[in-house]
Amino acid sequence: MGKFIKPLIFILAMVPFGVLLLRVVFNELGPDPAQELAMETGEWTLRFLLVTLALTPLQRLTGMIVFTRQRRMLGLFALFYATVHFLVWIAFLLGFRWFAIVEELIERPYITVGFSAYLILLALGITSPKSMVRRLGRNWKRLHRLVYLAGILGIVHLLWILRTNISEALLYGGILFVLLGYRVYYSRGRKIL
Amino acid sequence: MLIKKPSDIKPSEITPESVFRNRRQFMNDSGKLILGAAAGGLPAIASAQSGGLKAPTPIGKGVSNAPAWWQEKSSSIKAAPDSEPYYTGESLTPYDDVTSYNNFYEFGMDKRDPSTQSGDFKSDPWSVEISGEVAKPGVYNLEDILKPHDLEERIYRLRCVEAWSMVIPWTGFPLAELIKQFEPTSKAKYVEFETIIDADSMPGIRSRFAIVRWPYREGLRMDEAMNPLTLMAVGVYGDYLPSQNGAPMRLIVPWKYGFKSIKSIVKINFRETEPNTTWNDLQSQEYGFFANVNPAVHHPRWRQDMERRLPQTLFSRQVIETRPFNGYGDQVASMYSGMDLARYY
Repeated sequence: MGKFIKPLIFILAMVPFGVLLLRVVFNELGPDPAQELAMETGEWTLRFLLVTLALTPLQRLTGMIVFTRQRRMLGLFALFYATVHFLVWIAFLLGFRWFAIVEELIERPYITVGFSAYLILLALGITSPKSMVRRLGRNWKRLHRLVYLAGILGIVHLLWILRTNISEALLYGGILFVLLGYRVYYSRGRKIL
Repeated sequence: MLIKKPSDIKPSEITPESVFRNRRQFMNDSGKLILGAAAGGLPAIASAQSGGLKAPTPIGKGVSNAPAWWQEKSSSIKAAPDSEPYYTGESLTPYDDVTSYNNFYEFGMDKRDPSTQSGDFKSDPWSVEISGEVAKPGVYNLEDILKPHDLEERIYRLRCVEAWSMVIPWTGFPLAELIKQFEPTSKAKYVEFETIIDADSMPGIRSRFAIVRWPYREGLRMDEAMNPLTLMAVGVYGDYLPSQNGAPMRLIVPWKYGFKSIKSIVKINFRETEPNTTWNDLQSQEYGFFANVNPAVHHPRWRQDMERRLPQTLFSRQVIETRPFNGYGDQVASMYSGMDLARYY
């Protein structure tokens, strides 16, 4: 039973990407597909990041190690959706205008913030193999605590681009607040802080 | 006399339920087809019929419950000319996209909400309050306001501040004509507009997450309002304006970002001072009063020197350059000569 969990989660995590691909192929993304793809991939990045951040608390609360065993893979899926999000932005929103990319990174604060979050996820992804964990030793954990910052930057990035309806951003922000709050609470109790 | 039992009716003779339910639309479409055929034989009449329009209503599309005044007025819409600025040869954004991809926050925050959540909205009967620095203030029935004006077709570009754009055939009349009708006084330097608030039929008004303070307000300087390009629209694609597009009457200011083109107008106020406008009130560093399309002045969140012409398909690469005043500079730039447009954005 246990050995099927990982492949099953892998397949489930690919479903949103598959659905988006089908919508592209069948031209079902509406009149502004670039915008729709950017929104969808951005939201899936946040969702995977939040699920990843929920695994440690779930393991502690239930005592089931099965949760934290999925952490690396789901974290890498957050990076995967963030990469698609980034490519959609460059290809379809900016139409590969390279000069514009640099300008956007500097002049649009919500893009600066989103790109910073992406760089963090990229660094965590690169250092995710077991060999890197061994090589970095104690620093690995320090580095990977940056995922909290990536989560916060992601929420700020979303809040900043919304024009008026902030309900979804509040929902994701609320979940992140609970997940980070749990860590503060837990480490205080353990006198780790 | 032989009375056939129900079982004797051949299935092929039974009207399918879907056709029966849409029988009015069916009659309407058939009528249009017959009219179209007749017009083909009589070219002189054709130009007066909607069949003579540059962008007639696509078969099977359109609003089924247009008010009586529309039926009367729409029989003589003047077709758009062959050249700019009241016409553009750029490909039209299809009717379905124009009527299903809207920012009309009173009906919801998502682009699809206005078309799916405006079913309860009633745009007839309708009245408009005319007030302020004007010789003939009062509350007028829309029919009475429209009576003296002939409708014409104009094909304009629409550029949204969110960096997408469409090409839309509107039906309407110059705002200048409406203004003259009510005789503004010499003190009237600005025109202020308000959208209806109807919580019962507008879910966005009831939403707790909307940060807009209703009613939606917009305004123009008098010379902008009197510019021949500025249109009061009551139709699109030669058909009555759908609720999601701002029925029964909305503003079109093609050289400004779309949010200036206020929808479902219930109040027109003439005033001496610059009016407050909704987006300017909410985030003045992002949205100015003038809001002229300007590729040289970027919005803090959207770059304004390019736009996605809708409908896009992912690999058609319709990311095009945005032009100053949305390409209407010849008609409007002189109104802003000497103004620092980076400051008065």
